[in-house]
Amino acid sequence: MANALAPQKNMTIGEGGLSLTLIGLAILSIVIAAKAYTPEYAFHAYLFTAASIAAVFAIFNRYFERPAERPALVNADGRPNYNMGPVKFATIAGVFWGIAGFVVGLYIALELAFPGLNFAQWINFGRLRPLHTSAVIFAFGGNVLIATSFYVVQRTCRARLAGDLAPWFVVLGYNFFIVIAGTGYLLGITQSKEYAEPEWYADLFLTVVWVTYFLVFLATIMRRTEPHIYVANWFYLAFILTIAVLHLGNNATVPVSIFSPKSYILWSGVQDAMVQWWYGHNAVGFFLTAGFLAIMYYFIPKRAERPVYSYRLSIIHFWALIFLYIWAGPHHLHYTALPDWAQTLGMTFSIILWMPSWGGMINGIMTLSGAWDKLRTDPVLRMMVVSVAFYGMSTFEGPMMSVKIVNSLSHYTDWTIGHVHSGALGWVAYISFGAIYCLVPWLWNRRLYSLKLVNWHFWISTIGIVLYITSMWVSGILQGLMWRAYTSLGFLEYSFVETVEAMHPFYVIRALGGFLFLCGALIMVFNLWKTVNSTTVASEAELQLQPAE
Amino acid sequence: MSVWQKHAILEKNSIVLVIGILLVIAIGGLVEIVPLFYLKNTIEKVAGVRPYTPLELAGRNIYVREGCYLCHSQMIRPLRDEVERYGHYSLAAESMYDRPFQWGSKRTGPDLARVGGKYSDAWHRDHLRDPRSVVPGSVMPDYGFLAKTELDYKHVAADMKVQALLGTPYTPEMIESADKDVQIQASTDNPDAAELTKRYPNAVARDFDGNPARVTEADALIAYLQMLGTQVDFKMYDDKANIR
Repeated sequence: MANALAPQKNMTIGEGGLSLTLIGLAILSIVIAAKAYTPEYAFHAYLFTAASIAAVFAIFNRYFERPAERPALVNADGRPNYNMGPVKFATIAGVFWGIAGFVVGLYIALELAFPGLNFAQWINFGRLRPLHTSAVIFAFGGNVLIATSFYVVQRTCRARLAGDLAPWFVVLGYNFFIVIAGTGYLLGITQSKEYAEPEWYADLFLTVVWVTYFLVFLATIMRRTEPHIYVANWFYLAFILTIAVLHLGNNATVPVSIFSPKSYILWSGVQDAMVQWWYGHNAVGFFLTAGFLAIMYYFIPKRAERPVYSYRLSIIHFWALIFLYIWAGPHHLHYTALPDWAQTLGMTFSIILWMPSWGGMINGIMTLSGAWDKLRTDPVLRMMVVSVAFYGMSTFEGPMMSVKIVNSLSHYTDWTIGHVHSGALGWVAYISFGAIYCLVPWLWNRRLYSLKLVNWHFWISTIGIVLYITSMWVSGILQGLMWRAYTSLGFLEYSFVETVEAMHPFYVIRALGGFLFLCGALIMVFNLWKTVNSTTVASEAELQLQPAE
Repeated sequence: MSVWQKHAILEKNSIVLVIGILLVIAIGGLVEIVPLFYLKNTIEKVAGVRPYTPLELAGRNIYVREGCYLCHSQMIRPLRDEVERYGHYSLAAESMYDRPFQWGSKRTGPDLARVGGKYSDAWHRDHLRDPRSVVPGSVMPDYGFLAKTELDYKHVAADMKVQALLGTPYTPEMIESADKDVQIQASTDNPDAAELTKRYPNAVARDFDGNPARVTEADALIAYLQMLGTQVDFKMYDDKANIR
């Protein structure tokens, strides 16, 4: 009887349309699996089938469980009815992939020190290394970016996330892409283009997910009840848009057949190299910088309870950063067969890029003006501020290494690896940890279990980072110098393998640094686990839920 | 009205902001990438560079599959020590048929741009099976499974067809005889070896993996490694003619 009185419940166009599309995808995947050229590709086709069917079941299940009316945009108390489900999912996924990525990173570090660890073809260094980079950049970093962007855009726009199924499609689809990419590397499906290894079908799927992400984000901004678009959202928008452009440009491939995992890229040789590093360097510039600067612009002011230091500086450094970054790619190709004019352009713009990078650093750190004492009392804020300091350090080191004469020594050596990790561990991971330590209590309405453990996390992983980058400086510069060393008679002093043997102690120290970093992250997982599972619900005042603007 | 107030237009209109971002990020990429496709001196004019034979292509695809580029570069820089260690600096022309390019960005192992002909096939077989048996200090993983895995070249013609579509000069005849060319190139003293070299000048045909009974992935990979950097005859090459 109660049902008869309730309003008529119908499937929305979104629910019906997505279900039909997914059923179509499942059928197509079965056909592909049956005729696939390789068993590895067939396995992926079956994964697509299983995921599509599971998604259709989930949509129907959700339909039967949900009330007939669509969720309200605004609660009875007049505040927006925020949609935090996808944010929670992406936060948990981010932490999970972070640990997975750090473990794989530690393992490949040990493989370089102890090559006997390359037991089987599936876990050889060449296959695990892309798994490590993709897991930490795209899986850990990507999920943190999706989680924080969906959180920040709702809060700063005072509007519910746009779309009903779309945000879920973004987070689940993105994580499914990661599973396809990661298992692909282990099975030998890769384009062998650095940081763009997934093959054409994974790229195609990611394109659909990414366009949906952009539309959800943009539509939420359009719904805002605040007149201005908050500065963090400019950075998120630049990140989402530019990554879309780069992804399409660098993955412009023609598959051998719909039944083959293999594809060939439109560009070849020197042009492919330029397109690849236009992509590769801006994956750093927009995925690992612009996106995480957006995190900085929301979470540091929130945590410090201070306004952003300079509004004008944020405008200048935003436009300067996104304009200049795009030019910097050729510094990965110094002294190669890329024409000199392109190398010189890349070097010049890389050096200029130092300025807007430090503009961002100054804006982040100086936001603490009047609240410096919090560095002593709040280890979460300390972690985020130290991350911005690491950002400043690596954005000085980067322009320096892009000077051709420095690059002639540093290129092809571990110095590059050390540079990447001072950015990735010090900046990207630390600002992410800081954001996660803020987000989890806010999302689950709990008090953070222990600030003391945050302190332990901070110090253990900081020692890890220092061990990592210093050992890589020494090994990189040492190897670079050994390669170019001459005897007094004018012969090359060292054979190549002697320079490899000289690296061993530094590879061990590096692995120790990575181990400490992993230990710190595991302390975080324990802390978050205890936070979410605590029974005391925190009051809103404790959690400081007012938006930054 | 100050500049700062004008910026409010971007802060209040999401579509204007999106268009602004797209315009700003388009410039650098266009300036650096587009000229590479029409400036004639981007790729040197040089004799000898030909597309990969089907067996070499299959070997290159194994190189790509295993992620060899993560530790081995294929790009010799014009620096004194590199030229002495590895040979003539790399030309853009030498990778003009490489899809994708495999210049690499890290040398955990040595550069491979001119590894062709430097070691014997037997050395490569031993080195792939157990790198430390020939180079005691090496940290390279073992690739013994390659010699035990039959090469799957059923679809190599399809690969070549796609590359031809993208501009690699594979003729219909080359594509048609792809399977046969794999077999010819992987065997020693094949009576049809002349046919192969007619299609692919200077292609070397022999049993690379030391196992005449079958064509393995090691055959393909060693064939690829042995041709790397051997196409251009640098005795004939005039580097002044190609000053860029």
